[in-house]
Amino acid sequence: MKRWALYISRRLLYMAVTLWLIITATFLLMSLLPGSPYNYRDQLSQAQIDILDQKYGLNQPLAVRYVTYLRNILHGDFGISLQFSDQPITKLLANRVGPSMRLGLQAVAFGTVVGTILGVIAAMRQNTWIDTFSSLFAIIGRSTPNFVVAVILQFTFAVSLKLLPIGLWKDGFRSTILPTLALSISPMADAARFIRTEMVEVLGSDYIELARAKGMSETRLAFTHGLRNALIPLVTIIGPMTVSLMTGSLVVENIFAIPGIGEQFTKSILSNDYYTIMAVTILYSSLLLAVIFVMDVLYQVIDPRVRVEADA
Amino acid sequence: MNERTLPCERPDTLPDELFRLRGAVPADEVGAVRASSFGFFQDAWRRLRRNKAAVGSIIVLTVVVILAYSAPLIAPYNPNMQNVPYANLPPRIPGISVNGMNGKIPMRGQWVDRYALANVPDDVHYLFGTDEFGRDLLSRALYGTRISLTIAFIAALLDLSIGVSFGLFSAMRGGAVDSIMQRLLEILTGIPSLVLVVLMLLVFKPGMVSIVLALAMSAWAPMARIVRAQTLRLKRMEYVLAARALGMSRFRIALSHVLPNISGTVVVRAMFSIPYAIFFETFLSFIGVGMRIPNASIGTLLNGGYKVFRIYSYQMWIPAVILCVIMLAFNLFADGLRDALDPKMKEQGDAHE
Amino acid sequence: MSDRHAAGNRNSSNRLEVRELSVSFSTYLGVVRAVRGVSFDLRQGETMALVGESGSGKTVTCRAVMRLLAKNASLDSGSISLDGTDLLKLNRREMRDVRGNDVAMIFQDPMTSLNPTMKIGRQIGEAVRLHNNVSRAKAKSRALELLDLVGIEDPARRYHQYPHQFSGGQRQRVVIAIALACDPKVLIADEPTTALDVTMQAQILDLFKELKRRTGASILFVTHDLGVVANVADRVAVMYAGRIVEIGTSDEIFYDPRHPYTWGLLSSLPALAQDGRLYAIPGAPPDLIYPPTGDAFAPRNEYALAIDDLAEPPLIRVTPTHYAATWLLDPRAPAVEPPPEVARRQRLYADRQVNI
Repeated sequence: MKRWALYISRRLLYMAVTLWLIITATFLLMSLLPGSPYNYRDQLSQAQIDILDQKYGLNQPLAVRYVTYLRNILHGDFGISLQFSDQPITKLLANRVGPSMRLGLQAVAFGTVVGTILGVIAAMRQNTWIDTFSSLFAIIGRSTPNFVVAVILQFTFAVSLKLLPIGLWKDGFRSTILPTLALSISPMADAARFIRTEMVEVLGSDYIELARAKGMSETRLAFTHGLRNALIPLVTIIGPMTVSLMTGSLVVENIFAIPGIGEQFTKSILSNDYYTIMAVTILYSSLLLAVIFVMDVLYQVIDPRVRVEADA
Repeated sequence: MNERTLPCERPDTLPDELFRLRGAVPADEVGAVRASSFGFFQDAWRRLRRNKAAVGSIIVLTVVVILAYSAPLIAPYNPNMQNVPYANLPPRIPGISVNGMNGKIPMRGQWVDRYALANVPDDVHYLFGTDEFGRDLLSRALYGTRISLTIAFIAALLDLSIGVSFGLFSAMRGGAVDSIMQRLLEILTGIPSLVLVVLMLLVFKPGMVSIVLALAMSAWAPMARIVRAQTLRLKRMEYVLAARALGMSRFRIALSHVLPNISGTVVVRAMFSIPYAIFFETFLSFIGVGMRIPNASIGTLLNGGYKVFRIYSYQMWIPAVILCVIMLAFNLFADGLRDALDPKMKEQGDAHE
Repeated sequence: MSDRHAAGNRNSSNRLEVRELSVSFSTYLGVVRAVRGVSFDLRQGETMALVGESGSGKTVTCRAVMRLLAKNASLDSGSISLDGTDLLKLNRREMRDVRGNDVAMIFQDPMTSLNPTMKIGRQIGEAVRLHNNVSRAKAKSRALELLDLVGIEDPARRYHQYPHQFSGGQRQRVVIAIALACDPKVLIADEPTTALDVTMQAQILDLFKELKRRTGASILFVTHDLGVVANVADRVAVMYAGRIVEIGTSDEIFYDPRHPYTWGLLSSLPALAQDGRLYAIPGAPPDLIYPPTGDAFAPRNEYALAIDDLAEPPLIRVTPTHYAATWLLDPRAPAVEPPPEVARRQRLYADRQVNI
């Protein structure tokens, strides 16, 4: 237990330092940017500028502004969006977390489950047509950017067949189907490929041979021994999956006009809304760090082999 | 008779004179077991050649690269030349009368001949059609593919060199330098690469050079990690220890002992970073921070096509198909290369008694 | 010569009868004929050792009995019958009922034979429940009993542990417990001590001796180390290049071997080394993609006859229990003097036989 506490606190410390460095780097990059928030001064009244200058110390030297920015972040204040009606960014983004989260979770769940099934079948029926089909599907899924998939799905099911809504976040679950499918392609392909490789390796291992020698059927063997051991390392690719989902959501949310973080981010990029860009960068980075951390801890909890290495 | 089948029918008919002692054959004349008579790279090459998907991808990629880089010679039009009267013409391929490839397009439920509407002479054909400014899409696709491939190749080369040097240096140096370099890597991998690329593109002026730099910056960290891990493993090997004991410098060990042994892994990894770079270029152009108009890249073509795909869907399908074919070919080839170079994936059954 | 080999007719005391078994593997270099016409019997309650260097086909023979061969293997001919039932004719379901139940197998490397993510108890219980329709609680008590039988101390605590919490020797004991779960008629042990250190080897061998006494199972003990065999085996079959070259009781093989290959194996035992020099059989085993026409051992055999290059020697009878496949046993062959240590043992053995 003491070892665990030590491990977790050390990891948390590393994470905090990493995040701090990321914030610093982002801040410096943004201050290097051509132009500054003052570009939009014309749109603001003098009184507003004074208030802003007062609040963010924009007329102060870089170092002071940096300290202020850090202090504000600690209080959950990411500043005010310079483009979107002076809304506090925290509030602007808070409203958008829901749709993004929902899409992300749906896509990961659907993608990993279907991908795992495909991978297991492919591994059990190695070098048959079903294996070829599954591998082909996985590689096509990996080779087709999700925004292309999104556009194709939208064109086929919404524009041509008119089965599902084109987009917008109005029809509840029905309007999440197409974006979820588009986003789930990459986790699906990753999981299928990963599980197949792991399963093939596991199915060729000595302990599977021993289970066969016990008289266990191939199907039962694949599920009780094979899948169990192949699923454990699957948690290691959930981190990369999250990243690819964030990438995907940027465009996919745009294509389907979903009021999520990704759509906000693209809007902000195109309109040089620096404070929002910084906020989203920090948000995405913390999310990534958190996912990597949780997965590392989870991996150690569920895999007895890793525990022993940590003991040694 | 014994249950064994003998080469000769009855042993007792064998001539007596054969029953004389002749002793063992000298060891060097005895055929040794032919466990593996192939060298590593021959073996890898044999495996690669047997992989139909990989061979197919090599052929596809060769054709694509040749077409793309001979764009100035074979492109029928200037890719940036606008010709508004001929805007949005669908593909018309001489000799084919299938709807969609004969210059007709569905409008309000009817197939309409756009070429006739625009008064295009009968002998003028746009194989891939034209875009909203009347630019020839075939020419734009050729030039666009060339730009996308160039970006991908240079970015892959850059992240390969940065990653390998960083990883090699970090591992060979060891100690405090290594830990600092590792922390740096950790920070870099903590930022989603997409965000990193976007930030860098905002700071640099948009264009090919900044895209290449941004892509290389975001992709070298995993390469560095792999190289470092492999180098650390090799450092413990006897022959490297022996080389050190002989007084060889770390630099020379890295070049003569470590690098050749990790080259397989590095090449495979670099091959995977090419489709990654192509994807990112497309992605950036699609959201509007990548290549700037009027320059064509697969991403800008896709972006342009997406804007009008409800009416002129060919403008989106064509770049989408090109993109998918290139990505698929690179991925399949990289897969094949990895399987060929990774002895762990060797065919089952070879290892049996 | 016209005698049938001891493995000739079906005998009611025979548990396992292997006849003319041939197995080959297709590889990219060609078809490897790993087992070329192997016949032997395993009697009730008997331990037989299958000895040979790696590549001699002993592991393939065992796996053929379990029908657990690699995908590129093909069973070209022969039969394997267990109490009169030909295992090669069973369908997959029927074969599954045999595996682990009638015939159980222990693998070479205990470090990799257990599922690292599953508790030991469950891995044993699973074997029990696969073939017996018993409750979880019943399976658990059987598992604890088995752990005790194979000499694991404090079974109740160990039951809940993972493989990595066990030492190599203990893991092999667990693997043996799994094999014994359903009181198999035949236990196949494929080099069960090879991966262990010397003291562990001795302990596991003692365990086998005890098991033989307590369970009455027939044991097929595969090893490349003749030294290990002397302790446990009632009978020994020596394999070379996919064939049995000599088969007999333990005494016959150790004290009165007739095949030059067995002579070589015995002379290379450290315990029998003369004046501190260790003997090694020269050369390497033959290429089994193109097996030689004559005696496969002839090229390495300093006692080779001219005929060895032309005709493969049959198993020739020495005693009703002892056969060797060498032309040296043919009446027309010249008398040869075996290596000194072997000759000494043969004299010792002959004296003993007279005295009895």
